[in-house]
Amino acid sequence: MSKKKIKAAIVGPGNIGTDLMYKLLQSDVIEVDTVVGVVEGSTGLKLAEENGINATAKGVDAIIGNKEIEIVFEATSAKAHEMNAPKYKADGKIAVDLTPAMIGPFVVPAVNMDKMASTDNVNMVTCGGQATIPMVAAINSVQPVAYAEIVATIASLSAGIGTRQNIDEFTETTSRAICEVGGAKEGKAIIILNPAEPPIIMRDTVYARVENPDEEAITKAVKAMEEKVRSYVPGYRVKTGPIFDGDRVTVMLEIEGAGMYLPKYSGNLDIMTAAAKAVGEKIALNLLKERGER
Amino acid sequence: MMKKIRLIDTTLRDGMHAVSHQFSTEDVSAVVKALDDAGVDTIEVSHGDGLGGSSFQYGFSKATEEAYLKAAAGAMTNAKLCVLLLPGIGTHKELEMAANAGAKVVRVATHVTEADIGEQHIKIAKSLGMEAIGFLMMSHMVDVDKIVEQAKLFESYGADAVYVTDSAGAMIPTQITERIAAVKKAVSIPVGHHAHDNMGLAIGNSIAAIQAGADIVDGTCRGAGAGAGNAMTEVLVGVLDKMGYATGIDLYKIMDAADDIVMPRLHRPPMITKESLSIGYAGVYGSFLLHALRAADKFNVDARDILIEMGRRKTVGGQEDMIIDVAYELANRK
Repeated sequence: MSKKKIKAAIVGPGNIGTDLMYKLLQSDVIEVDTVVGVVEGSTGLKLAEENGINATAKGVDAIIGNKEIEIVFEATSAKAHEMNAPKYKADGKIAVDLTPAMIGPFVVPAVNMDKMASTDNVNMVTCGGQATIPMVAAINSVQPVAYAEIVATIASLSAGIGTRQNIDEFTETTSRAICEVGGAKEGKAIIILNPAEPPIIMRDTVYARVENPDEEAITKAVKAMEEKVRSYVPGYRVKTGPIFDGDRVTVMLEIEGAGMYLPKYSGNLDIMTAAAKAVGEKIALNLLKERGER
Repeated sequence: MMKKIRLIDTTLRDGMHAVSHQFSTEDVSAVVKALDDAGVDTIEVSHGDGLGGSSFQYGFSKATEEAYLKAAAGAMTNAKLCVLLLPGIGTHKELEMAANAGAKVVRVATHVTEADIGEQHIKIAKSLGMEAIGFLMMSHMVDVDKIVEQAKLFESYGADAVYVTDSAGAMIPTQITERIAAVKKAVSIPVGHHAHDNMGLAIGNSIAAIQAGADIVDGTCRGAGAGAGNAMTEVLVGVLDKMGYATGIDLYKIMDAADDIVMPRLHRPPMITKESLSIGYAGVYGSFLLHALRAADKFNVDARDILIEMGRRKTVGGQEDMIIDVAYELANRK
């Protein structure tokens, strides 16, 4: 007998939403019931139907009132989520927000998964945040990080129009989360788009200021964190480091996408959907446990 | 009547690279005063990588951006204060701070293929009442059509001028001529050029740009700037005068500013060395120079090998972190 799963909807059948759909098709605890779009016959909706999932172009109102759907993954835009979030809440749905709307608390699965136990809306930060904050937190678990700075370099092709039109949102959200989730006293984020052909794989650099860094303990913590993130983002790896230079600790990361729907170079999109899946599954598992189903 | 060429002096922005962003606020006041007195139209003051550039990635500034800008604004009577902003590094917050501190002009700099990430900032600058200039960096990396397309994007966002920037000092005069002429033909706003001297062509390329129709060129006193430095402001003033262009700048006074005020403040006067020549040859971002020299020293490899490898990997401006990575790999390959 197949085990009971929690039903979910994906709102926004673009690149992110569709990639997430493919990832969730393999979930043991979540069943994607509906993919919600606004354009009839869009690629994302067609792919949903091909995979036996309900597809609607009637917007979120199509799932409001459907109490079977308990989790909603929002892969639209910050503006859309601001409008949708109260509807989900009133309908008793838990929102996993992949936009920069920042309505719920930030969640980075490897760092603060426990944070969301008590909330009905969680925010997935940014791609750069998902990649780098685990490393900030790892270093901060050994010795206090006075200042952390991250540089995310992504292929131009994997930066969508939303990111481009409001690139400040990336830097601001990420630097806030470096402090709130990573534990650094001060945070800074930089993003660089590289148009090289063939497209480059997402790379991130984490710099942390630590007084008299304990090289052995920090290296151990970084390696352990790498394994922890790899458990839900298999293409995540520490490429170089940690390198120690005075009070500066440098860790360089490379994130290769799973290549399920999106190309492998777009590790930035992959890590978002992989993290959202991890968070959604945790929520689903909690619900199933509460009901004695697991 | 002589054609007027607008000259933007960026000694206190691009020149920051040459001193690892360590000019003091007193340095800024003294240099601004001398430039203003010489009749320079627009004076750019920022971290080498623009507002918000003070970082591990690019080097920390000696003073805060706000302190620099206030020092500059306080020392100027006629010139316009300009700042640089690279979207992805600086944000609207720094831009608003700069406007409050007295900046009247912003150059929004993006990689030559990514103008659309600057739309937000051009529009914010206009709403703040600033002059907004689009600055297409590393324009040697693409063909003429692409540059034209991106220049038109900046114009469509409301930019008051657009630059074809040779951040790597990698281009030869014929390449400048075709790029500037094509952009000039495609847009109705003034066109600028920003040259670097890694191949010894900063002045020559600036002249080529002007002859192809450019209305604005950049210079720095003593050529202080990233890589082998920039076109020397004082040389541009002399050369343009001989060619029959007006800059509004007094030659003696700008020579004094360069030799007596700026020169003593440079830690290492920029020159064409084997490393900076490698930057031009490989076509990599000029500010990689000092980072590559430091990494070469730390990992015991040839800085030229790092720079050439950076070019092979098609790095763009701002990817200083890659230098450590490349140096580390080269060291382990030995």
